[in-house]
Amino acid sequence: MNRFAGPDGNIETEIQKSLLNIDGGIMNILSTVIRKTILTVSFVSLLPVITLTVSAQELNALVWCDHADDKLLKPFEEMHNVKVNIKTYEGTGAALSIIEQSAPGDWDVLVVDAPDAPTVAGLGLLEPYDASTLPMSDLFPQLTEAPFNYLDGKRYTIPEKFGYYGVAYNKDKVDPEDMKTAEVMWNPKYKGRVAVYDYYFPTMQLVAISMGISPDNITADDLEEIRKRLLEMKPNIKMVGDIVSVQNALVNGDVDIILNAAEFVVSGLMPTLPSLDWNIFEEGGLMWIQGLSIFKDSKNKDLALEFVKYVVSPEGQSRLATSECYWAMPANSTTQLSDAEREILRWDEQPGYLARSVPSTISRPEIDAKMLDIWTEFLQK
Amino acid sequence: MAKESKSLKPLHIDYTRWAFHPALWFTICFFIFPLAVMLAISFWQRVYGRLSATWDVANYVKFFGSDYLIDSLTNSIEVTVLTTVISILLAYPLAYILAFKVPKRIQGILLLVAVMPFWTAYVVRSYSWLLVISENGILNVFLKGIGLIDQPLEMAYGQGATVLGFVHFFTMLITLTIYANLVQIKSSYWKAAADLGAGPVRIFFRVTLPLSVPGIVVGAFISFVIAIGDYITPQILGGGTDILIPQAIMLQISRAANFPMASVMAVTLMAVVVLVYAISAKHMKMERV
Repeated sequence: MNRFAGPDGNIETEIQKSLLNIDGGIMNILSTVIRKTILTVSFVSLLPVITLTVSAQELNALVWCDHADDKLLKPFEEMHNVKVNIKTYEGTGAALSIIEQSAPGDWDVLVVDAPDAPTVAGLGLLEPYDASTLPMSDLFPQLTEAPFNYLDGKRYTIPEKFGYYGVAYNKDKVDPEDMKTAEVMWNPKYKGRVAVYDYYFPTMQLVAISMGISPDNITADDLEEIRKRLLEMKPNIKMVGDIVSVQNALVNGDVDIILNAAEFVVSGLMPTLPSLDWNIFEEGGLMWIQGLSIFKDSKNKDLALEFVKYVVSPEGQSRLATSECYWAMPANSTTQLSDAEREILRWDEQPGYLARSVPSTISRPEIDAKMLDIWTEFLQK
Repeated sequence: MAKESKSLKPLHIDYTRWAFHPALWFTICFFIFPLAVMLAISFWQRVYGRLSATWDVANYVKFFGSDYLIDSLTNSIEVTVLTTVISILLAYPLAYILAFKVPKRIQGILLLVAVMPFWTAYVVRSYSWLLVISENGILNVFLKGIGLIDQPLEMAYGQGATVLGFVHFFTMLITLTIYANLVQIKSSYWKAAADLGAGPVRIFFRVTLPLSVPGIVVGAFISFVIAIGDYITPQILGGGTDILIPQAIMLQISRAANFPMASVMAVTLMAVVVLVYAISAKHMKMERV
């Protein structure tokens, strides 16, 4: 028989009994500790639920990566005592597929490539804005009055940020004077020293601008000449890639120039790499614009509108312009930027830049396939 | 008489066993059905943003009639064949040393080291190579530092860089298949060859090398299949010029949603893989080892 066992031979029972007899019973103490621990853990676990109950309202936003910064979202959350849930995406096609897989009302706010807004609105997904409720007066009119903000006379999007397709470069390796003209695309001085941001449509629009063709009015008849000029550019081209790839190539010294790029590729790097710079061409600039829209089925339309107003306010705009994901121009002309940020974004030059730029729209189906064929040919030898 | 009754035995097929065979259904659902859909779509057209079931061969005619599209296929074959050949040349000596010249107790450790490249994420590995071979990269800085070069060598972005990235990965893969083959060769073959008067070189070329062909072919085939369908490495290291067929496929899908043309390219890619398998299959058997 085990010496620790009681009369019934059960060791565990005897140990428990002896423990209970020590100073009020260790088991009692243990059970108190366990009870308190469970209560504490339960309270801590429920804390977010309690907090959410206090700030019950949530805003669900389908956005680009530049809207993911705490510095942009926190002030709005604190101001309205709400939680902003974001999901980032790339490309309108990806957004449409996310929306398709969601239930109506799941999303409140959409950041969209502004030229695609009529397409999204045409699918019945967006709520038209009431112009009288919007703080439009400080936004650049070249952006707010662009035709793609409207469908059937109703406004579906508000421009919030914009930038250009131009040229980005390393000032230490090139002559900045050469960068001012679109002829740099064919300048033999830069043979094998050029990268191209891989987006066929604006690249071919830039070639069109250099040829004096309006980028919005490229026709099938223009394509052969554009093709020839594009292929003539080939000796200068070292690589073609996405944003990260062309950034890497520039920073690693493999190229000195990035075509079809501008502030969105290099501005975020410029505070630490001051030798980088960008500009648009004298022949004309090509703008990209992103806009904010509200979903038709949103259950929080008032809050969504408040979010839109916050983002286009001078405070929201300065935070959005210098997001960690990428820098670009705020749509609000009264945005407060630091001196360094103004210089990097060429903020003081914007009136002139805007005056000689046109928005890059979307390609037309009748020439799109042909343009992609030309681009594929360009990518080959 | 017995022969007669055997020939009269009715043929019995157990359909229920096949119907519930999970592997068969898995293959039908996730291979044969998608393949059939892809093949069907390759005969369609994309007209004004929508797919139209035209059932013609216009996409095939366009693919095989366009130099810039065919170039993507020839570039792919060129890069893949070069990768496979270089990988075999590097892998064979490595596998041979591992199998016959290294004590058995440390073979396991060295094999572990050999498979280490597989543990790194594909994208990370490709970007890491850029840090090594770019103009401001480790290699150029080192070569300039020791005075071997004045101007940096242009190694990044091109087919050479893609082949380099591939070789780094596939050398180790082929090393494993050749090693697994070599260690199975019976030593009696070498003893017999030596008894008959063959020297070490002759034994290698007449006995060891022929018997290790299955290991070489299996490794080469796996490498070929993976490399010819790879998108990441050529996209990052190749620099987006002289594109390979997976890049051309992605271009059609991501930029134009032209699934019919992308399907034509994918079907062609598959045909190349099947052809390579048909050529190499008979050499994969290890019966003689």
